[in-house]
Amino acid sequence: MSKVFIGMPPLPAFGSGNLNLTEPFPRAAARELGNQQLRSNLRHATHTIRDKRLKVVAELPDWEELRDAGSAIKESVMADLPALLERFEANFTARGGKVHWARDAAEANAIITELVRATGAQEVVKVKSMATQEIGLNEHLETEGIAAFETDLAELIVQLGHDKPSHILVPAIHKNRTQVRDIFLAEMPGVDPDLTNDPAMLAGAARSYLRSKFLTARVAISGANFGIADSGTLAVVESEGNGRMCLTLPETLITVMGIEKLLPTFADLEVFMALLPRSSTGERMNPYTSLWTGVTAGDGPQDVHLVLLDNGRSAALADEMGRSALHCIRCSACMNVCPVYERTGGHAYGSTYPGPIGAILSPLMTGIEAEENNSLPYASSLCGACFDACPVKINIPEILVHLRGKDVDSRRGRMKPPSQMDLLMKGAQWAFSSGTHLGLLEKGLPLGRLAAGRSKKIKHLPGLAARWTDSRDIPAPPPASFRDWWAKEHVPEAPITQQGGEA
Amino acid sequence: MRIALFATCIVDAMYPQTAQATVRILERLGHEIIFPAGQACCGQMHINSGYLDEAKPVVENHARAFGADDYDVAVAPSGSCVASVKHQHPMIARRYGDAGLEERTTAIGARTYELSQLLTDVLGITDAAAQLGSHYPHQVTYHSSCHGMRLLKLEDRQLDLLRSVGGIEVTELPEADQCCGFGGTFALKNAEVSSAMLADKVRNIESTGAGLCAGGDASCLLHIGGGLSRSGSPATTLHLARILASTMQDPAPAPESLRSGARA
Repeated sequence: MSKVFIGMPPLPAFGSGNLNLTEPFPRAAARELGNQQLRSNLRHATHTIRDKRLKVVAELPDWEELRDAGSAIKESVMADLPALLERFEANFTARGGKVHWARDAAEANAIITELVRATGAQEVVKVKSMATQEIGLNEHLETEGIAAFETDLAELIVQLGHDKPSHILVPAIHKNRTQVRDIFLAEMPGVDPDLTNDPAMLAGAARSYLRSKFLTARVAISGANFGIADSGTLAVVESEGNGRMCLTLPETLITVMGIEKLLPTFADLEVFMALLPRSSTGERMNPYTSLWTGVTAGDGPQDVHLVLLDNGRSAALADEMGRSALHCIRCSACMNVCPVYERTGGHAYGSTYPGPIGAILSPLMTGIEAEENNSLPYASSLCGACFDACPVKINIPEILVHLRGKDVDSRRGRMKPPSQMDLLMKGAQWAFSSGTHLGLLEKGLPLGRLAAGRSKKIKHLPGLAARWTDSRDIPAPPPASFRDWWAKEHVPEAPITQQGGEA
Repeated sequence: MRIALFATCIVDAMYPQTAQATVRILERLGHEIIFPAGQACCGQMHINSGYLDEAKPVVENHARAFGADDYDVAVAPSGSCVASVKHQHPMIARRYGDAGLEERTTAIGARTYELSQLLTDVLGITDAAAQLGSHYPHQVTYHSSCHGMRLLKLEDRQLDLLRSVGGIEVTELPEADQCCGFGGTFALKNAEVSSAMLADKVRNIESTGAGLCAGGDASCLLHIGGGLSRSGSPATTLHLARILASTMQDPAPAPESLRSGARA
């Protein structure tokens, strides 16, 4: 039941589409952990790209300053977003483009369907796009009788395999090349039946399949890495050249971009073109950068559209502590260094955005109170590797803690009995808010010694603590706490100088 | 110098010898150690688990216990607890709009040091054997805990001190900068992922052939030690403070004699 108070504007709407978990993270993670193939593929891939990133980042003496610059530009964008969006719209429109505003996934999908319908096309080619993954565009178009063909190689593998991407940069990171060959053999029309798992041969098969799509498609759908407000320019950064094919060959181009992707000026792009390729693919520069500004007569698509997507971004923006999650440039550096992602893969996170950034972005966009994503902020040991790797210095661990606080608070005062965790925390609050209390509790240490027995190890604990003793022992506690030792027995040691330099 | 010891709850209750070792090292250098009796815990478990209301009295207690001016610096043998005192306590104070508490916690944070930080940056210890008489003639590997490494930027302070111990052989730990998987209640809430991270840490420690993994954070060592013990590994864990406090006259136990119960 929604309440609207007079004089109090309602909070922005939360996002929808492929942002929600379908089952709690711990359960999904436990299942994915059991997939040995996934584990070894992920380990190999993340470690390779991690090392490459470290190498090319180390080449730049001003990397920290670049990160600061990127962070500062993004902060200024968030502070001035409405004005920048209007400026972008004016400039994009003045150059012959058309702008459409979509509040959520359903609106965006409806707008795009309408635009494709108007061209009379039954097929569209697609550049890899996180925004269209987020709104579930392909699935929606399919229900409308429009076939969408992914042209990014990894995205194509995922699409043909009736699978979901598990990484934002390397969507098929969880598949090895034999699995790719099997998918191509089963699903790719006209494929060579003697296809082997040789990477060159696999790429060749995809190439000839896609070439026919590029040459016949009349409509292309893309995402955008950046939008430049001052000129109304859009930018797509990619590695394979498939994007440029889509962006230049068809008659109609429809781009879907999250409203947070704006940069104020062309000069700001320079910072991000240094930060993004090095952080994401570990390259100094990506092979293809396409920039377009509205329509150019006689050159490229003549019917150019942009769908500006909110889908929960305004809600994230309204969270003062969490809003810097919107600084994300989708480089994937955080997931490549994350020990949790490395072991569970992207599917465990349920959302289009996996890994550490997904663990904050998805709940911020859908609302932590909704319970759909409230296990995501706990999917981290708070080791901080993501913060170190983030090219725009998003303090992911701090936002994770902030969201955990919001989650705990949102469950306070409901008529449920307290959970074991609630009780543990209440008990610990009592013990830890006074030295006297902790000292009293520590008088029970001999009991723990008794429980440990002759092996001096505690191997089984009841309740929540069993989650610990499932795979780890606890040593027998000492006979007395340090506090007690200090009070009873501490005799200051003579300093070294008075002993003539202890030998 | 008058140094206030923050023992931390885990060390106080589970590893008193680590706190005793910390006291011995600093007294050996001629400093006076005090133990503010009101101290309990930094509240990191509450904060990191999202129980911020419950964390507030814990933070207030720490500010009370360490709020007096009767010491020059405070020290804790734990990077994560020091990081919590420095970064999280003022954050909690701000959250509850308590300007007085923010001022007190900020001041306490500014003079609270992790042990290797205090030894290196304040007390000028570069050679543990020569300056502390440290002697520990065993093969050891070393795990750099996340919060010390990333939040406190300890860099090689702990490792350099360890390497300068008399008689020691320090073997590099593969993937030393990878989290052991403890993460406080993460080990309970995501027990399977935590265990998978721990299994890799255990495997890496075993690959070094060292009988001991040293570190500067008792909580990580409790986790790693618990994993080594459960897997029947010949290795165990020991806190850096105990290795630094070990001398020829008063040696810390050898790795093999530490195995039962995995003392950190």
